[in-house]
Amino acid sequence: MASKTKLVPTPSIGLIPERDAGKRPILECIGLGITFGGLKAVEDFNLIIGRTEIAGLIGPNGAGKTTVFNLLTKVYQPTHGTILLDGKDTHGMDTAHVNRAGIARTFQNIRLFPSLTVEENVAVGMDTQMKYNMVNGILRLKNFWKEEKMVHERCLELLSIFHMEHLANVKAGSLPYGAQRRLEIVRALATCPSLLLLDEPAAGMNPSETAELMENIRKIRDTFHIAVLLIEHDMNLVMEVCEGICVLNFGRIIAKGTPEDIQANPAVIEAYLGKKKEEA
Amino acid sequence: MSFLTNLINGLSLGSVYAIIALGYTMVYGIAKMLNFAHGDVIMIGGYVCFVSVMSLGLGAIPSILLAIILCTLLGILVERLAYKPLRQAPSLAVLITAIGVSYFLQNAALLIWGSAGKVFPSLLDGIPSLQLFDGQLTVSGKALVNIVVCLITMTVLTLFTGKTRVGKAMRAVSEDKGAAQLMGINVDATISLTFAIGSGLAAVAGVLLCSTYPMLMPTTGSMPGIKAFTAAVFGGIGSIPGALLGGLLLGVLEIFCNAYISQELSNAIVFGVLIIVLLVRPTGLLGKPIREKV
Amino acid sequence: MADKMKKLNFKKFLKGNALTYLMVIVAYVILFVMQTLGLLSNSLSGFLVPICAYVVMAVSLNLTVGIMGELSLGHAGFMSVGAYTGAVCSALLADLIPFAPLRLAIAMVGGGILAGLVSLIVVVPVLRLRGDYLAIVTLAFGEIIRNIMQVIYIGKDANGVHFAMSEGALNMAEGGKMIVRGPMGVVGIQKISTLTMGFILVMITLVVVLNLIRSRQGRAIMAMRDNRIAAESVGISIAKYKIMAFVTSAVLAGAAGALYAMNFSSILSKKFDFNTSILVLVFVVLGGMGNIRGSIIAAAALTILPELLREYADYRMLVYAIVLIVVMLVTNNPKIKPMATKFWEEKIAPKLPKKKAKEGVVNGK
Repeated sequence: MASKTKLVPTPSIGLIPERDAGKRPILECIGLGITFGGLKAVEDFNLIIGRTEIAGLIGPNGAGKTTVFNLLTKVYQPTHGTILLDGKDTHGMDTAHVNRAGIARTFQNIRLFPSLTVEENVAVGMDTQMKYNMVNGILRLKNFWKEEKMVHERCLELLSIFHMEHLANVKAGSLPYGAQRRLEIVRALATCPSLLLLDEPAAGMNPSETAELMENIRKIRDTFHIAVLLIEHDMNLVMEVCEGICVLNFGRIIAKGTPEDIQANPAVIEAYLGKKKEEA
Repeated sequence: MSFLTNLINGLSLGSVYAIIALGYTMVYGIAKMLNFAHGDVIMIGGYVCFVSVMSLGLGAIPSILLAIILCTLLGILVERLAYKPLRQAPSLAVLITAIGVSYFLQNAALLIWGSAGKVFPSLLDGIPSLQLFDGQLTVSGKALVNIVVCLITMTVLTLFTGKTRVGKAMRAVSEDKGAAQLMGINVDATISLTFAIGSGLAAVAGVLLCSTYPMLMPTTGSMPGIKAFTAAVFGGIGSIPGALLGGLLLGVLEIFCNAYISQELSNAIVFGVLIIVLLVRPTGLLGKPIREKV
Repeated sequence: MADKMKKLNFKKFLKGNALTYLMVIVAYVILFVMQTLGLLSNSLSGFLVPICAYVVMAVSLNLTVGIMGELSLGHAGFMSVGAYTGAVCSALLADLIPFAPLRLAIAMVGGGILAGLVSLIVVVPVLRLRGDYLAIVTLAFGEIIRNIMQVIYIGKDANGVHFAMSEGALNMAEGGKMIVRGPMGVVGIQKISTLTMGFILVMITLVVVLNLIRSRQGRAIMAMRDNRIAAESVGISIAKYKIMAFVTSAVLAGAAGALYAMNFSSILSKKFDFNTSILVLVFVVLGGMGNIRGSIIAAAALTILPELLREYADYRMLVYAIVLIVVMLVTNNPKIKPMATKFWEEKIAPKLPKKKAKEGVVNGK
């Protein structure tokens, strides 16, 4: 069971899975924070993620989880703190830059390119790996055919993770909800990230779809050897797949640890259920 | 003294821009759309007044009132027919529709009144001019009227949106349509009212503009309209004091350009200022920033 | 296997485009034959070059409005830069290069390059602004360009080329020739534009725009239009692709301007005002945003139609305005759109040849 992973201390703050010990963590957030006109949406956020860790970010609505994603991907520029991606400071990078450095994400409210086909959506994700320039493209030179062929094959390969190859030529906007969520994950993977951020990947899915998603998250980690950080409200999923969990409330971390630690943590129970103690 | 004369002319022109800018700013604040046809409502106002004085033989005051009433109705009609069906549509579609309406009004005017310029009747000549500094500086009656009308309009509208029930509803709709609707505000009626007020103001601006520059053509409204939008953006779109400030600054800038730099290049300079303002401070002088939700 | 894959790609990248090229080629052959045999009336053959120019304008504007999704209201500004540059180039090279088609080609390249350079200035706000603000800024730029054109004077005499901001300042020697005369525009142009040159420009434009759309650059540009934040999140550099689309569009408009200008003996800067920008926008909207073939048909039809319906000329602009509004209402209103779609599918589509019906709505808008 993945949740049985033992956590070991790292040279810096925080814990990562034992198997990633000795290697540089993929993400280190140190004192990360942002204020919106005086309101501290996220403050003093410290988190460390191992190179192949599946981590969870949970917390009540409005706790600042998506804001953390937006800070990591520089949709918002942090007002405080440092983000080290594979040891490299992402200070001054913009969203596109951060993606090229290795962070890919999905969105809570799906953001696909609805008028492009499924395959084209994935191909856009591979744009930064393509090299042919505009003139090559317009004149249809050799590079164009070579790279487009490579991308076409790679797209189908990636789509096959979720068994979506047969949908390759369907417009993304006309896909059913669940397929749109999966396509977003494929598109993010197409950018060859070293850290994948999933914002509520199981939202709106039924139990069997969720079970399949859990399998797929592990499969993605194992095939691509990448780290995954996910925001999710489905506690079954979080407790099942996540190795390290970070709980956010009112923009501050109130607990960190293994699923077992979190389930037993009184502060977490209080944040979710209020003062009166009950079964979590 | 020529500096002061230019300044007063600038303020006079700026007052007209400010009144037009008010219409833009209110509609933009509430319907979140650039009503491209606003400038052409000015032109229609001018023609209505012209016809009423020259053909119907009505006096100045009834003619102006008639122009205001017809333009108000026109504003409501345009909103209902062209803009309301597109409330949920992408802003590109709304903008193209507004351009269509603008084009329609101009060409309708062209068919009705012809392309030749009409000399606008001098409605405001009866107002005495003001002599200052022993007659060295003359402030024309028209300039006085422009500035006074502008200040009155601004005060009334500020009080209206700040104090009255309907005005508060307007502000609520501009903040959040959905929430306003849940609070029992009739959003459609509020938007219609905004168009009505904006178009009524356009008629006033039309009369003032045509009295100051008494040549009336189907394209009379488009340039002042675009410049007034510039003024609204300059001051900060959605802000009433911003429209006043932007309008006056733009008017003074234009007159000074004409007087001291080059008459031919004055439009280029005014638009250059617009571009610089948008680049440096896209929310304008008194506007507030907006953040896209992710 | 590899061969099969490549074939698949070929098919995908040619889909729908072959018909567009074929349509243009057939139209050219018919018009060329008719012109050679003298079957076209004088006034009608005068329209052939403007049609080509407007087709290029519409296709290039479609790249900005339909493909990139940003409204540009200053497209005529780039056309005017191209027209002036082209006409001046041609006038200066008249003695050097007597072969007219080559001179025209150089003039079109020159017009395109200068329009592209000017668009690099315009692109600064394009990168920072969106939506209504961007539209108004492009309008402002169009007006600024026109305003500046009105105070440019260029002349050529024995001492060389003179450039000034007023006629008096030119200091022309005896026997000098005026090329640009401020508000009078470019004068004394040699009419060297031909249908064939126009056709070549249209074909080049089509190759550039259609191939651009179906390449990684085009995909990225359309992704940006569909969802800017998502495009950024997968590493797309918004600035790079916006510049690419906008400048390409301006270069093509500049070349179209040069072609257009050299169909007349003189051309006023007033010709390229806001109304021309709107006219081209009407072509794009009516042909379908993002639909290149639609732009071609709309531009050609709406340029020639007023000539055929002379007696209704006064109503032309009014009708355009109504068309613009109605098309927007029909394609964007949630109540009207399904009705229109149903009408199309039940009443019109079955009557069309099969292929056309399928590709009629390329962008689904």
